Amino acid sequence: MTGRLTVLRTGPLALLQDTGRTGHAADGVGRSGAADRASAARANALLGNDSGAAVLECTLGGLQVRAETDLVVAVAGAPAPVEVDKEPVPHATRFDLRAGQTLRMRAPRTGLRTYLAVAGGFAVPAVLGSRSTDTLSGIGPPPVAAGDVLPVGASDEPPPSTVPDAEIPADGPVTLRVRFGPRDDWFTDPSALTTGEWTVSPRSNRVGLRLQRTDPDAPGLIRAVEGELPSEGMALGSVQIPPGGEPVLFLADHPLTGGYPVVAVVLDADVDRAAQLRPGQRLAFRAS
Amino acid sequence: MQPAGDRALLIDTSDLNAVLALTDHLSAALSAGELAGVEDLVPAARTVLVRLAADADLDATADALRDLVGVVGAGTARGDGAPSDALVIPVRYDGPDLDDVAELTGLGRDGVIRAHTGTPWRAAFVGFAPGFAYLAGGDPALAVPRRAEPRTSLPAGSVALAGEFSAVYPRESPGGWQLIGTTDLGMWDVTVEPPATIQPGRWVRFVDVADGGSR
Repeated sequence: MTGRLTVLRTGPLALLQDTGRTGHAADGVGRSGAADRASAARANALLGNDSGAAVLECTLGGLQVRAETDLVVAVAGAPAPVEVDKEPVPHATRFDLRAGQTLRMRAPRTGLRTYLAVAGGFAVPAVLGSRSTDTLSGIGPPPVAAGDVLPVGASDEPPPSTVPDAEIPADGPVTLRVRFGPRDDWFTDPSALTTGEWTVSPRSNRVGLRLQRTDPDAPGLIRAVEGELPSEGMALGSVQIPPGGEPVLFLADHPLTGGYPVVAVVLDADVDRAAQLRPGQRLAFRAS
Repeated sequence: MQPAGDRALLIDTSDLNAVLALTDHLSAALSAGELAGVEDLVPAARTVLVRLAADADLDATADALRDLVGVVGAGTARGDGAPSDALVIPVRYDGPDLDDVAELTGLGRDGVIRAHTGTPWRAAFVGFAPGFAYLAGGDPALAVPRRAEPRTSLPAGSVALAGEFSAVYPRESPGGWQLIGTTDLGMWDVTVEPPATIQPGRWVRFVDVADGGSR
């Protein structure tokens, strides 16, 4: 049994995402995938889906969809209020969305990205082994838009698996753990990164968080080495320092290689929280 | 070698040849199942980034890599000097920057074409865009700077030069390299496996279409 879901409207950005593409670095293709992997996994787990099932990643909510067939769905990630035919449903639970019913997702009060999973997963065609939209390379399904009818895969409604709550950062400063290097020696004082607070710029996206000094008088990252760094591979969570000195924290759609030195890399376990930070939100880095 | 966070290791090498040798060696080890926990390799101009799977042990993988890296040492890339399976790329040398390159190199138009087709190139790494392979090891006389003003859009199949590298733009994109020609050979197709025509390590030979491709 397969199903269908019609998109009536989206918020600022709605993308299909799964666990991303692996093994295509030699083609110049990055991993992409859900920006907050833990929340996407939780939405799938609530439905007993395979962890690699495609989900809808909604930035700042705003989604409205209508079931064309009887579906079972779950929402996790940034706690956006959700209603089915104007009846509120609790966050991070599984619930029925029957044929003809409309689900409305409002903007979350905290966090940035909310994940809508459907039992059986969204069954759009995979590209290079993944249903993720890579916003940097343009590979994968196009962004979801009003009028789209999304196919849903078969499901025998397995029991939910237990997955710990994904941690959505509240308003206010958030601390991310980093490991210094690999190019901390390119800066006179790399510890400037872990001193004071940074603010997430509105120019942030799935490629990376752009960071500005919350207090303009706080120390900046000053180059100790002149000249160009030959392009090198970039890890997820890398904090790259362009010539202007304002860090970029690489998220799911980051480029495979980059030519600016990486002063530190956010620990893998903290990247999901980084992906939930809202423009204007403050963060601090702590050496780990 | 040093960690890049807790899920990747960055290996520094001396030069592009060392990157090629190391990538060959690590790819072979990976295919042979000798590097459990390694998800993929990202070679670049002077480095190889080794990305690990979520459940991999960083320190154990680093130890295993150190042993492998030690074996490679200053060895040369496998297949050096024997590009019998080189990919042949037919080129129309009609690029808008051909005259500039002819002047910058002092080779003249025919000299540029002779130099570009005269020696094999080898894909060192991919980057910038899917399927965009940095081809190295060509005639050093062709080294030219990037254009002062990058183009906002250039056509797929543009054959270009910058620094010590040559490349073919796989898709329409912006770009700052010097365009010397055009090829109809597809560089990127997501419906085939692998989608990138040129993978790291691949030998490439350019031939002049106007010359009947006889070179």
